[in-house]
Amino acid sequence: MSALTLYALTGSAAIGIGFYGLIAARHLLRRIVAFNLIGSGLFLFFGATGARGGAADPVPQALIITGIVVALSASALAVGLLVAHARVAGRVVLPEEEDGG
Amino acid sequence: MSFLVALLVLPLAGALAIVALPGQAGRAAAFSAIAATAAAAVALAASVSSQGVLRLEVGGWAPPLGIALAADGLGVTLIVMTATVMAGVSLVARGTFAPELAGDRAAFGFWPLMLLLWSALNVVFLSRDLFNLYVGIELLSLAAIGLVAIDGKAAALAAAIRYIVFALAGSLLYLAGVVLIYASHGTLDIDLVAVRTPSAPDGLALALMTAGLMAKTALFPFHVWLPPAHAGAPAPASALLSGLVPKASFVILMRLWFDAMPDRASDGPLVLIALLGTAAVIWGSLAALAQERLKLIVAYSTVAQIGYLFLVFPLAGGTSAGLPWAAGAWTGAVFLALSHGLAKAGMFLAVGHCMAAAGGDRLSAVRGLAKVMPMTAFAFALSAVTLVGLPPSGGFTGKYLVMTAAFASGQWLWALVIAVGGLLAAAYLYRPLAMLFGRGAGASPVPPSRARQAVPLLLAGASVALGIASAGAYGILEIGRPPAAEEGL
Amino acid sequence: MTWAFDAALCALILGVAFATVLGRGVFRSIVFFIVYGLLMAVAWVRLDAVDVALAEAAIGAGLTGVLFLTTFGRLARNVSDDAAPGRFHLPAALACGGLTGALAWAWFAMPAPVRREWELPPAGVENPVTAVLLNFRAWDTLLESIVLLAALIGLWMMARDGDWGDRLGLPQHVRPGGVMAGFGRLLPPVGFLVGVYLVYVGADQPGGAFQGGTVLAAVGLVAALAGLVRPPRIAAHRWRVALVAGPSVFLVAGLAGAVLGAGFLTLPEPVAGTAIFVIEVGLAISIAVTLVFLVLGPPEGERRE
Repeated sequence: MSALTLYALTGSAAIGIGFYGLIAARHLLRRIVAFNLIGSGLFLFFGATGARGGAADPVPQALIITGIVVALSASALAVGLLVAHARVAGRVVLPEEEDGG
Repeated sequence: MSFLVALLVLPLAGALAIVALPGQAGRAAAFSAIAATAAAAVALAASVSSQGVLRLEVGGWAPPLGIALAADGLGVTLIVMTATVMAGVSLVARGTFAPELAGDRAAFGFWPLMLLLWSALNVVFLSRDLFNLYVGIELLSLAAIGLVAIDGKAAALAAAIRYIVFALAGSLLYLAGVVLIYASHGTLDIDLVAVRTPSAPDGLALALMTAGLMAKTALFPFHVWLPPAHAGAPAPASALLSGLVPKASFVILMRLWFDAMPDRASDGPLVLIALLGTAAVIWGSLAALAQERLKLIVAYSTVAQIGYLFLVFPLAGGTSAGLPWAAGAWTGAVFLALSHGLAKAGMFLAVGHCMAAAGGDRLSAVRGLAKVMPMTAFAFALSAVTLVGLPPSGGFTGKYLVMTAAFASGQWLWALVIAVGGLLAAAYLYRPLAMLFGRGAGASPVPPSRARQAVPLLLAGASVALGIASAGAYGILEIGRPPAAEEGL
Repeated sequence: MTWAFDAALCALILGVAFATVLGRGVFRSIVFFIVYGLLMAVAWVRLDAVDVALAEAAIGAGLTGVLFLTTFGRLARNVSDDAAPGRFHLPAALACGGLTGALAWAWFAMPAPVRREWELPPAGVENPVTAVLLNFRAWDTLLESIVLLAALIGLWMMARDGDWGDRLGLPQHVRPGGVMAGFGRLLPPVGFLVGVYLVYVGADQPGGAFQGGTVLAAVGLVAALAGLVRPPRIAAHRWRVALVAGPSVFLVAGLAGAVLGAGFLTLPEPVAGTAIFVIEVGLAISIAVTLVFLVLGPPEGERRE
């Protein structure tokens, strides 16, 4: 198994772990953390595909940098929503998930 | 060419101006940007109808290195529809979001978010690059979420959180597909992808992208975020969210399945997509029947109407591609998207007027409002005509085209879905109409000015006019139509 | 030897990812996430993507980590639940395992890459990633700077109406002579130099507006969190202009190309290098200011709950 394959598989696993966290977590901040896991796992997978064939392809790298910035923007908005919601509703989970679990 | 650039740049410039310039100067800049962009939209449509597809390679770099933009019939008609809705919403929002009424915060925030939403929509309708489309829908989602949460109420915030979870998950699934396509073929351009040598991961890429975009379009079963989000936002924002935002991800889906990878469209997945659309129609309509609040009825109606759009896939793709009825189905779906956008925006604005006058949106509160606000009630009724699909509206034209295609291809199930959907729409829209036109108002409501009431009426009227003047729209839609939808009945 | 390093790194990354999602406690999850981000940055260096490593370390691990930590602090004031991840969700686990398996399959099923020589046309800069970001795919980068602004405006809408004219974020109270105050004196000058250098050198070597801008944002945040500078009011005109400077410069450059006949966002060869530098400076300023404001958050009032 080449090094690149290792990174690609690690990326795929991180994506799966992240999606599980997104679906299964109840605390909303954990969901946003999980979303970032998915993103960076996907970028790692992408980077591994770009590093095949000798010299590294700059296009995936550029797209990944764009993706990192977009992910931060989305995370910042999401946590802002979280804090505002917690301030008015007093809870950090979505209303339908408050009971049980 | 310059109109294309103007459509992308002007709303951005307007948003930047509002952020940088204080108070009145900023708002003046915003309104100039809105007017100029609307003019550019019409000008672009005129150029495309006379010159055919307009292409632009940004920076002078051709794909696969650079990004290509193209204005074809589909993009241009949606751009004009967007401009119409945006113009109407801004006229109404000048009142709803006046600083004295809504507070400095919301009065500031609505305009840049609206302009950024508009810019994102134009980006999606004009771009031919898969990653550029990703950035476009991200911008669209973030602006939309800001609009959902602009009121600050607990219900709106919870709805916005639900929306962002779905939107971000959807974007990542879409991006995963883009990654696979670039890794396999070394290009992100839709037209270059269309001529690629097929490879094994293509199916997975298409599936991931479709799943992500279905979540963003709120197709059943990913629809749970939409009704509370659209109902929790203020009426002008809901008009944008319901009328325009889902169309963007739908357009990307159409481009993927018909332009980029038509060879991957086998009957199984296409029928599955249409079955999900059917479920959306039935579920959304039944849920709308059960609602007591006007805004929720209209929001669930969006869920149902979006279902219709997805019936196009088995009728114009796969084994149906290139057959005589494919063009009709494809065009019919676009007609449905256009008329729904206009009608739904008009309906939400009308509901906004009713809420402002009656002090709430419970059905009981709007009883008899038609006497005091006949224009608004008539606007609601006219929108209902389009949503139910009665002639001569645009909704009818769209449904007629799709149903004809369904019968011609022998896939009559979809025709049945459309017919049943129309009946259900009539049912869930009857209750609000009965209330509006019923007897006996509650406390004396204060109607908005006639000028403001005219806007939803004009939008609803436009959705009907689309049906009357359908030949013109049909002609424009033929420009740049994908090969899969070439033939016509 | 290097394979063993890669294998160990990947194992660590996966272990930390599991700990982030499955561990008890939100705070622990955030800390593991920051560690995960830093390990990712190392992985990027191994993949010969130093620009991405810089971006991941600064934005992905650093700034996002700070964002989560400050959010955690805010939430702890309001609510007291520090929930465990909850009971095991079998259908989700199966679906996610399937997704991982599908992507792994796709990796092996992908055709071999077509090009081996990345022969990029002359773009005015030596760093190929900068060339792609600011010349070949400049439209994407322009939109990306707008995405940052859109997120900020959405975030500002979370403020309460009563707080609208106030200073951004929560008021900070820092013990004089403590660790934070010390950092606040030592780090900003060093950080400022590093940030400016990263922006300047980004044209030809790894670096660039995003990486440099983030370091500058970190400088600003340290200063604000250490109580050395008070965050500006939300309507402060100077800062509003700084926010839009980057996208505006970018737009003007693009339109200049269109007006002069070259085409939208076309940078003709003789001026490409200079134009890219000017755009990068503008972007770095806007990115720095926007990131600081994103992490500080909307104005939350100078009165206590």
